Amino acid sequence: MASDILHVTLLSIFVSVSATLLASLMAVPLGTIMGLGKFRGKEVIRTVTYTLYGFPPVVAGLIIYLMLSREGPLGSLNLLFTPTAMILAQMVLVFPIVTGLTMSSISEVAKDAKETAMTLGADRWQTAKTVLNEARVGVISAIMVGFGRAIAEVGAVIIVGGNIRWHTRVLTTAIVLETRRGNFEYALMLGAILLSVALLVFFVLKRYQDKGVKM
Amino acid sequence: MNSGIAMRGEGVCKSFDNDSVLEDLSISVSKGELLAIIGPSGVGKTTLLKILNGLLEPDSGKIYFMDKCLEFGNDCDLEARRRMALLSQKPYPLMKSVWDNVAYPLRLRDNDDIEKKVSDALEHVSLLDVSDRKATTLSSGELQRMAFARATVFEPDVLLLDEFTAHLDPYNIGVLEDAVEWYLEEKNAAVIMVTHNLFQAERISSTTAFLFDGQIIEKDRTEKIFEEPEDERTQSFVNGEMVF
Repeated sequence: MASDILHVTLLSIFVSVSATLLASLMAVPLGTIMGLGKFRGKEVIRTVTYTLYGFPPVVAGLIIYLMLSREGPLGSLNLLFTPTAMILAQMVLVFPIVTGLTMSSISEVAKDAKETAMTLGADRWQTAKTVLNEARVGVISAIMVGFGRAIAEVGAVIIVGGNIRWHTRVLTTAIVLETRRGNFEYALMLGAILLSVALLVFFVLKRYQDKGVKM
Repeated sequence: MNSGIAMRGEGVCKSFDNDSVLEDLSISVSKGELLAIIGPSGVGKTTLLKILNGLLEPDSGKIYFMDKCLEFGNDCDLEARRRMALLSQKPYPLMKSVWDNVAYPLRLRDNDDIEKKVSDALEHVSLLDVSDRKATTLSSGELQRMAFARATVFEPDVLLLDEFTAHLDPYNIGVLEDAVEWYLEEKNAAVIMVTHNLFQAERISSTTAFLFDGQIIEKDRTEKIFEEPEDERTQSFVNGEMVF
């Protein structure tokens, strides 16, 4: 039982941290560009991004399932019912949240921080870096919210992962299973572990939020 | 005093949403000169400073920095921009300590001897004892003094001041005016100061220009502008009357 718990906990951390990191690697630069830049269609992209905050996880799971199933366009990769499929599904859910919240945080400080950096001699790259650093509280909050969405997610990962013991079972899907079996104490304990994992990750991110980048 | 022209604008035009702000404006400032630009609110004084600093692109006209025509592109002549500074009415404190705010422009340039330059700049505005504090906790007077240190620590050839003492108390105004005069003399810099405070223009500027209707109506020695202006609109403005 202990090794079961350890396995689902570590897999949960691996899947959700990977999904959040990979999604943020694309979402933070995109949100920064959208927050800083003026271009046609910006409002449309903003509206679509905000709408995707409410993207139903089961629909995301279904889409990824159809793409990875044997008949789907990515069927040959044999990724269905693997942790990679679960990471992909969580990325779909995390990406719009981190993009939208990064864009909002950047927009808030963009004008003042950009002008200050430029008047003091920053080039384009240094200006973007300065604005991002000034918006770090909001950007790291965006990543925290994204991670929160990923670690608490159950609908999509159960569809594309299949909740297979020792292979794709994570804390949330294990809680669903144990509840169905009537093992409420065990399910509650898994819930407590889930919250502790979230707390640990938020604590690490908070340190970066306070520190910032020296430049 | 070197009388070489540090910066000039020729035939500068700028409009916003078909509303013309600057019309065929020409202006110049020499090394060692403190030029005050006065004029009613909304005549484009801040717009002019932003164009000179490369933050705004003029619709037409040219800006020359040390005889080199500025190219308004992606990085708008970074080399020229790195030799001038703009100090605004409401400076933005970066989320860092006072020390790191002042060190920021030096780090952008990979400058050597940051320690000494930053402590000298903070000393001149009497802020060395609060250098470890977060800049966001400073009072408005301290913040403006920090912004002055930040704008001058890299020794720009041209200093652009936009209402830099508005809403400050007499002590802070005094410290900042002394700092500007010291900088002008010590570095032989060119300073353009936009101000609504006519007493301040009279007190510290060597030349004054009256901006109205998108153009420089008159530019001369400060005493001449305040005592015997040639244009009746300038006369009305310095006498505190409505200008038409």
